[in-house]
Amino acid sequence: MKILIIAEHKNGTLTETTRELFGLSLGQSEVHAVVHGGDVGSLTDQLGHLGANKVHLINSPSVKNHTGEVLEQTIVQLIQQLNPDTVLAIHSPLGKDLAPRLAATLDGSLATDCIQFTLDNNNLHVRRPIYSGKATAQVEFVDECLKVITIRPRSARPPEPDLSRSAEVIEFTVELSEQKTTLKEVIASGGERPDVTEAAIIVTGGRSLGSAENFSIIENFADLIGAAVGSSRAAVDAGYRPYRDQVGQTGKVVSPQIYIACGVSGAIQHLAGMRTSKHIVAINTDPDAPIFQVAEYGIVGDLFEIVPLLTEAVKKRNDN
Amino acid sequence: MNIFVCIKQVPDTTTQIKLREDGNGIDETDIQWIISPHDELAIEEALILREKKPNSTVTVLSAGPERATEALRMALAMGVDSAARLDIPDNSDSAMNARALSASINKLGPADIVFTGKEAIDDGASAVGSMIAIYLKLPCVSVVNKIDYGEDSITCRRDIGGGNIEVIETKLPAIISTQVGLNEPRYATALNIIKAKKKPIETITREELGITEANQKTKLTNFELPPPKQPCRLIEGSPTEQSNELIRLLADEIQAI
Repeated sequence: MKILIIAEHKNGTLTETTRELFGLSLGQSEVHAVVHGGDVGSLTDQLGHLGANKVHLINSPSVKNHTGEVLEQTIVQLIQQLNPDTVLAIHSPLGKDLAPRLAATLDGSLATDCIQFTLDNNNLHVRRPIYSGKATAQVEFVDECLKVITIRPRSARPPEPDLSRSAEVIEFTVELSEQKTTLKEVIASGGERPDVTEAAIIVTGGRSLGSAENFSIIENFADLIGAAVGSSRAAVDAGYRPYRDQVGQTGKVVSPQIYIACGVSGAIQHLAGMRTSKHIVAINTDPDAPIFQVAEYGIVGDLFEIVPLLTEAVKKRNDN
Repeated sequence: MNIFVCIKQVPDTTTQIKLREDGNGIDETDIQWIISPHDELAIEEALILREKKPNSTVTVLSAGPERATEALRMALAMGVDSAARLDIPDNSDSAMNARALSASINKLGPADIVFTGKEAIDDGASAVGSMIAIYLKLPCVSVVNKIDYGEDSITCRRDIGGGNIEVIETKLPAIISTQVGLNEPRYATALNIIKAKKKPIETITREELGITEANQKTKLTNFELPPPKQPCRLIEGSPTEQSNELIRLLADEIQAI
């Protein structure tokens, strides 16, 4: 089996979610990785340590600030030359945009947002959530054509880097045809806090926070433990948080290691968006709130009292 | 302008999912069906654009079984001009859906612009919009939350995660997939819902679309409900004791902070 991994990077380092792809059970596959964008040379060592046999470097200025269209043309050309059995990408904004383009262009099969990818004696087992995580299903591939698969962040643990391993580096040159789309600008407004879809810990607030300002209680705690700030739909609808923070069926579906729900009752649409989190903590004044049915640990109490105490407790531990 | 909208009928967000006995699908009894929420944004955007461009028409398409006509009727009640249902197998995957939708746009078009939701909330594949674009050989801008309309091009803002926004200009015709924030979908009035009941809805067969089994690349099988959760462990004590104990659990037992 020949696998091509689409690597993503930020500030000269592979993203955590890219590293996770190497932690999937890839069997005895020949593992290729492709990196694109400016100044990607230093990433080849990291990819080698993770287990890539070959790294394809796309070091072209036109691919640095690329549109989805440019990336599509580039990766399609690489796949046509390399002829892999499977392409793996993260179910990130980039992967979500790219994967269906590749599958459609190359007449391959597509499975997105998968939470399991197990290759066992050339038998491939793939599962994905359906109905926003209210159920899961196995993906059966009807024929032997190219498979394009995106993996939900935090579905696997990244392997420990093996510093003795290295990858063969191959420069790949693309010839781009005329473009119909142009990237005009990238507006960065995200700040330093991690995105809910990629964070290891999420602290979520509900409408009971009562105002946008009161979310500072949640933010202070989240920043202290390196967490993302999530929001229920009700708090977004009330204008307390931007839509990008919304967790649930019509917002983001998340799967962090720890999900701390503060003043979130747990409507079925919200639970669908977070119930695959590894450890769930609920803080709510109402002991009958549905959120306690999916929580591992719960505190029946007022978040305005409890969350600042949690912040204090972490500070105290950090001081010792 | 010839404006197309592709929508999908999905179970209402409050649905408790029950599985079919053979495990290869869900039990559809008692399900309330709705237009997938991101597709409502696509309908609204098409109606907004029709108001801006004189002599425009909005055609809404949905691939699905007979019940999908209800979603199309709701789109007619919102104000679209015509609707067609593409009669392809119920369990078709993104590839087959996109093949059917692009074939019907070729048949009824050509399109100047196609809107669809960034994903349907049933399978959440986020695939069909981009795949239609490839099959129609048109550009696609996905996850769009703002559009400025020019003469033969449009400028879109798209959400690329982490709060960052990409500004992409695309030539028309193009496929645009819509994200929350783009607009506020209108409600259909009771009167318009009644009027929509009398409007014709065309059915296009798979033979007319040239759809065969070979267009289906994946099947979903062996459905499972999430395993039941262990009962919640409630932490007792004074608020300070509760808080200290929770942080101890997170730091020492789960070792995550």
